[in-house]
Amino acid sequence: MALWFNKESRSGLKLVSAPFGFSLLLLAVPLSLMVLLSFWTQDYLTLDRTLTLNNYREIGSHPVYALLMKRSVIISLMVTTITVALAFPMAYYISFYGGKRKALWLFLITIPFWTSYLLRIFMWKIILGYNGVLNSTLQGLSFIDEPLTFILYNSNAVVIALAHAWAPFAILPIFVALEKIDRSLLEAAHDLGDGPVRRFFRITLPLAAPGIIASALIIFIPTVGDYITPKMVGGTDGLMIANMIQVQFSKANNAPLGAALAVTSMVMVGLIALGFVFLNRRWLRRQA
Amino acid sequence: MAKSTESPMVEINAVSKSFGDVRAVDGVDAVIREGEFFSLLGPSGCGKTTLLRLISGFEHPDDGHIVIAGQNMDQVEPNHRPTNLVFQSYAIFPHLNVEENVAYGLKRNGVSKDEIAEQVNEMLTLVDLSGYNKRPAYALSGGQRQRVALARALIMKPKVLLLDEPLSALDRKLREQMQIELRGLQRTVGITFILVTHDQEEALTMSDRIAVMFDGNIAQLATPQELYSRPKTRRIASFIGVMNFVEGTLRKVTAKTLEVEAGPFGKVTMAPDQMPAPLEPGAVTVGIRPEMLTVLFSAKEKAEIEVTGVITNTAYFGDMTYYSVQIDGIDEDVTVSMRNTAGRRVLAVGEETRIGLGRESLIILS
Amino acid sequence: MRGAPRTFTIFVGLYLVFLYAPVLLLPIFAFNDSAIIAFPLRGFTLDWFIGLASETTLIVSVQNSLLVAIVAAVLSTCLGVLASRASARFDYPGKKPIMSFLMLPLVLPEIIVGVSLLIVLVQLGVSLNVWTVILGHVLICMPFSIAILLSAFNNMDRNLEEASLDLGANRRETFFKIILPLVMPGIISSLLISFTISLDEFIIAFFLTGTDTTLPVYIWSQLRFPSKLPGVMALGFIMLILSLILLTAGEYFRKKSARLASTETTLNKDADHG
Repeated sequence: MALWFNKESRSGLKLVSAPFGFSLLLLAVPLSLMVLLSFWTQDYLTLDRTLTLNNYREIGSHPVYALLMKRSVIISLMVTTITVALAFPMAYYISFYGGKRKALWLFLITIPFWTSYLLRIFMWKIILGYNGVLNSTLQGLSFIDEPLTFILYNSNAVVIALAHAWAPFAILPIFVALEKIDRSLLEAAHDLGDGPVRRFFRITLPLAAPGIIASALIIFIPTVGDYITPKMVGGTDGLMIANMIQVQFSKANNAPLGAALAVTSMVMVGLIALGFVFLNRRWLRRQA
Repeated sequence: MAKSTESPMVEINAVSKSFGDVRAVDGVDAVIREGEFFSLLGPSGCGKTTLLRLISGFEHPDDGHIVIAGQNMDQVEPNHRPTNLVFQSYAIFPHLNVEENVAYGLKRNGVSKDEIAEQVNEMLTLVDLSGYNKRPAYALSGGQRQRVALARALIMKPKVLLLDEPLSALDRKLREQMQIELRGLQRTVGITFILVTHDQEEALTMSDRIAVMFDGNIAQLATPQELYSRPKTRRIASFIGVMNFVEGTLRKVTAKTLEVEAGPFGKVTMAPDQMPAPLEPGAVTVGIRPEMLTVLFSAKEKAEIEVTGVITNTAYFGDMTYYSVQIDGIDEDVTVSMRNTAGRRVLAVGEETRIGLGRESLIILS
Repeated sequence: MRGAPRTFTIFVGLYLVFLYAPVLLLPIFAFNDSAIIAFPLRGFTLDWFIGLASETTLIVSVQNSLLVAIVAAVLSTCLGVLASRASARFDYPGKKPIMSFLMLPLVLPEIIVGVSLLIVLVQLGVSLNVWTVILGHVLICMPFSIAILLSAFNNMDRNLEEASLDLGANRRETFFKIILPLVMPGIISSLLISFTISLDEFIIAFFLTGTDTTLPVYIWSQLRFPSKLPGVMALGFIMLILSLILLTAGEYFRKKSARLASTETTLNKDADHG
């Protein structure tokens, strides 16, 4: 308890009180209120403040919510897997073959992401559309006769656009993890008889694991709640939970249900993320 | 030579300081005199740096008081103490050049620009950096950083200059050179220096007096010569130089003599000053330095006390040879150092030899 | 290191095409002399850029966005300085949970932040405008500010601060003469990053903006009208160029900060504390 009263603690607390107070007021209070709201009900414009589980029952009884959540998670997992799988070789290339130009390479990787997020997503609509850039190019080259239709206004398009939008968030952490690997470890493994493939799986990959895990979490958590991408390129088959939440807060005028959906998806994402971290801990420990 | 006087400059009265459960400084008493070069010597974690930070005011004692130049420091912040500190990392302000670093402490006191420039140049000359005024901090070598740190502290004309392991970041050759320079500098300016170091050689060569610290306490406070030849405990003796130990029994203590049973050295009568810490009769440790033991190469060579032993190892250092000698009745092999004078041969491992010593070179330790 | 295997190089090439495809199309259609966003191209024109100048809603939304981004960047950096300084320099009870809590918006979907803020503001009866957007943006920018500033404060040798006090300066002088100049590159970098994030943020602005449109909200509204698309492309291209200029400036300051800090940290400083 003496800790509470010493000068150092007081100075630290005094400094941190402003940002902490700000976050408490604008994050903790709103989140708590959202949880509270999810136990209330609304009929048009009148809010009924009696606590009830009705919103959650509603979510449980209508399969559309479960479907949207399942789809959000599946799309998000696909995005995470694809983004990390594509980013790893890129990061590996920069780290191991980038030579003295690593910084330039990283800059090159991030350039496409310094324009409006909305426009980046929108450009995929132009690329993947029925008369889009991809179809007209492929038709022009006579690879296909009819325009491809399975790539826009469905979950495929959402996955492609998100895998693009989140690429730097995968490349950078993995690159950092790869950079941290002491190159003499690889030489040691080589010296002890491992070929390039065995060496990769026994040394490089396990040591890069923290970066991979970090990037997977960084991508998975926000993409589950993405709103813009499904709205723009997802069509009706590609809509996700965030779109439903938004609808509840605006057109449907049912904020309590929206709050309950938000809380449910937060809990779900939290559990999946925790499970992911837990599995990786176990895996890492077994490796060690 | 040193202008050390008897008047106290820093008085440390029953000072204690804990960090969490660790008692870093545990009831330390000491008086550091005006104008002396004083060292706090001890292994890492002994509390010496904490004691220095207590004197400089960056830590506040849990108990006890520190008095500097007759003024109680309890309520005095570091910026108002008559002390200045040379940091281990030197803490040269990286965004300022040499001149701006050195002038940093002066600027506030309403000193005129010309006056500041004059003092800065004077200080830079003192630390042998004249002409480096505009050099940016990042372009300085380790040795130059240290000189800037010294100049920056000395320009404040502190009553006490505190130095926290100032030489540990330097390579060996530069370190030895700086030891001599630092000692010379202290004599020139005549300020009380308090040096923290873990290097016993550094402390021995530079200091007027040394406080050896273990576990937050001062184990012994003495001059270098006294510390080396009359250490109070086994731990101090082995921390400073090399010491051989023999288990013995103190038989009788009188005002004029000590009678000791010193294992294979037999019954020895010693002078009272050979027991630096007063002990009651009973089991004691008897110590002797390697250079106080002599290999008796021929039958003609005699010594006051003689024992026989077998050489178990030799280490040849050019000017010296160190022998490990197994002697019956002593658990650990005894180290003997011999100067390699003309014609003196180096004994081989396995040879049996006689070892001689004088009884006045023995010390009784607790 | 030997060169990369051929297939590897091809993969990297294709991946770069994937990364650059959307952004390369921006200038192509922005300068294309056709109101329809499709191939084949018609010819070069600057009309779409010129046309932007007469869009009054665009100009208002840019003004709103600049106000939001500047205020949010300044507030987020100020709060970030306080939190980072507290965390880098002092030990206080609950430090870890408090800092984790401040970083939380980093892993919250923006829609959650937007929705929960909306609930509170509606309950309080606060009218929605640019200032409510600013509150939300400060919240999501702060973790980035803290991450940048924390490393700036941590890179600073604590002894520098103590040296200043030891040389007679008081805490105020020490803050302005030593600490602030040394973390200034971090502060500038935090301002730039927060500014960029806020400028591009859509969801929170969409929920909290009321009738004051910000630039992304404006773009969102324009995307519904095919005739507006070439102009939006031109706008996107301008934003890209401006962002790159800001980014380069930010990188310059970050490097400068790293260099300043590294001159101190190269020396060993294992403090012997008790």
